[in-house]
Amino acid sequence: MRTDLDLELVALTKRYGQTVAVDSIHHLFHAGSYTCLLGPSGCGKSSTLRMIAGHEEVSDGAIVLAGHDISQLPPARRGTAMMFQNYALFPHLSVIDNVAFSLKMKGVDRDTRRRKAGEMLDLVHMTEFAGRLPAQLSGGQQQRVALARALITDPQVLLLDEPLSALDPFLRIRMRGELKRLQRELGITFVHVTHGQDEALALADEIVVMNKARIEQAGPAREVFNAPRTEFVARFMGGHNVIALPRGHFAIRSDQVTVTAPQAGQIDGRVTGIEYQGASVALTLLCAGDQEITAVLPEDRYFAKPIQPGDGVGLSWDEQNLHALSA
Amino acid sequence: MATLRKNRHLTGWLLASPLALVLGLFLVLPIAMIVIVSFWGATEFSIYPAFQFDNYEFLFGSPVTYSVFLNTFKYAAITWAFTLVIGFTVAYFLAFHVRSLTWQIALFLLCTIPFWTSNIIRMISWIPFLGRNGIANSTLISWGVIDEPLDWLLFSDFSVILAFVHLYTLFMVVPIFNTMMRIDRSLIEAAYDAGATGFQTLTNVIIPLCKPGIMIGSIFVVTLVMGDFITVRFMSGSQSANVGRLISNDIGLLQYPSAAATAVVLLVTVLIVIAILLRFVDIRKEL
Repeated sequence: MRTDLDLELVALTKRYGQTVAVDSIHHLFHAGSYTCLLGPSGCGKSSTLRMIAGHEEVSDGAIVLAGHDISQLPPARRGTAMMFQNYALFPHLSVIDNVAFSLKMKGVDRDTRRRKAGEMLDLVHMTEFAGRLPAQLSGGQQQRVALARALITDPQVLLLDEPLSALDPFLRIRMRGELKRLQRELGITFVHVTHGQDEALALADEIVVMNKARIEQAGPAREVFNAPRTEFVARFMGGHNVIALPRGHFAIRSDQVTVTAPQAGQIDGRVTGIEYQGASVALTLLCAGDQEITAVLPEDRYFAKPIQPGDGVGLSWDEQNLHALSA
Repeated sequence: MATLRKNRHLTGWLLASPLALVLGLFLVLPIAMIVIVSFWGATEFSIYPAFQFDNYEFLFGSPVTYSVFLNTFKYAAITWAFTLVIGFTVAYFLAFHVRSLTWQIALFLLCTIPFWTSNIIRMISWIPFLGRNGIANSTLISWGVIDEPLDWLLFSDFSVILAFVHLYTLFMVVPIFNTMMRIDRSLIEAAYDAGATGFQTLTNVIIPLCKPGIMIGSIFVVTLVMGDFITVRFMSGSQSANVGRLISNDIGLLQYPSAAATAVVLLVTVLIVIAILLRFVDIRKEL
């Protein structure tokens, strides 16, 4: 379903001299959706985001927002706002002045911009810290301020460049919820760059997996995770085995592989490693053709019939859980 | 020996002593000497130890002192303004316009090349350039800009300030460049993202963040200019005076107590100026 406020990338390309960082990608970001650009470092996801933001020149192609090509406009006139990886808060300005910065640049008078900035701080629950300097805030608080500063421009699209990578794991999970809540409340498009698949799965309505300057697969989070189209996506999303069968390469989720007695399954293997993971137990098996397969069993099933490293077992799966890989 | 090592206070004192000794011997002692001598008495042919305020009375009673101090402040203020503008511009160019680190370092070293020759030589080389029949005048005449040689080019306040600016701009460039290089580049992008124009970014982000560097450079320039005497003597052709020349004249006449008193007043003045500058900016985070 297309709307007037969709963000669309058309044959977007970025070249640095001879190297191609983003190779003619096409994608439609639905208005009001939360999309994660996911991929390993150097895959072009950050360049893509920075091109949308206007901090990187577009070598070729177009960026269309609300029916206009914005690829040649300055960042502030695109209707986008960017939240930087290290937050990029102005160290010499107080929290409220940081948030009000863009209004000051527009020449909005002091009282109006303070009031508006106050509302933004309220939105991210930072009102009581208005007078502090960024250096006096924790990482999570700095991030909230950066969010408020980006949102005060009333953007149609908020661009987040690895926003959670500077936080410790506990805070990361809390801020994850916070981002999701804000996105739902504001109803604007969020484009979030990350290299963590768990982050992408937790947040995104839609995941765009990038590799080597191209989009490998794009779709709803559940679809990308459950039905990876390429070996790269299967491996990068994790939790999958890539199995080479005579008919071709297939991906299957580790928890959809069951362990049976030798010769009773589709393939035989020898256990090389056992890892207790709390709710489950991960078995690493070496199968025919030197393939390494991981099977994740619920821990009660494993401990009902423990297996030792070196044991021979069979592996079986439901044929409909196999996903043929194109590459 | 073992108990000696255990005594932490003693170890601390021993560690601090070499530097304390050097500073005591070469900084505190000479200044103390100057202060003491400033209270001594002098006749035409001798100086004698005493504790009297004659030197200070004479100094503060003479209108020459005030005009010379005023002149010194004038030199300091004008030189400061020029070195600040030029130094900031050069540092800005190096830090933000030159993209590659190699070029930044190369151009920065280029700025320091004049420092490979002595101050006095650099000063004197202005003389044939600015003189009545110097390169500047003859070029301007040949271009038809002027008919008569300009007299104020050399041996004037103009030439003094020109030499000061030439000598001391680098002292502004270095600290400002240093603070600029520490500015996170994403701050500039963030300002741009927020709709700031280049000029707004300069006034709202870069200049406030460069304040410590500006302040350190200002302290360098102001103290150097206020303490100088040789530049003023050469470039003004002995026609202008500043406090440094006052002191050097007294020394030439062997009036050490009077010279010492002037030096003490100058020292106190410069310290007050620095104290005022430090009120504006906290440079501790820079050091």
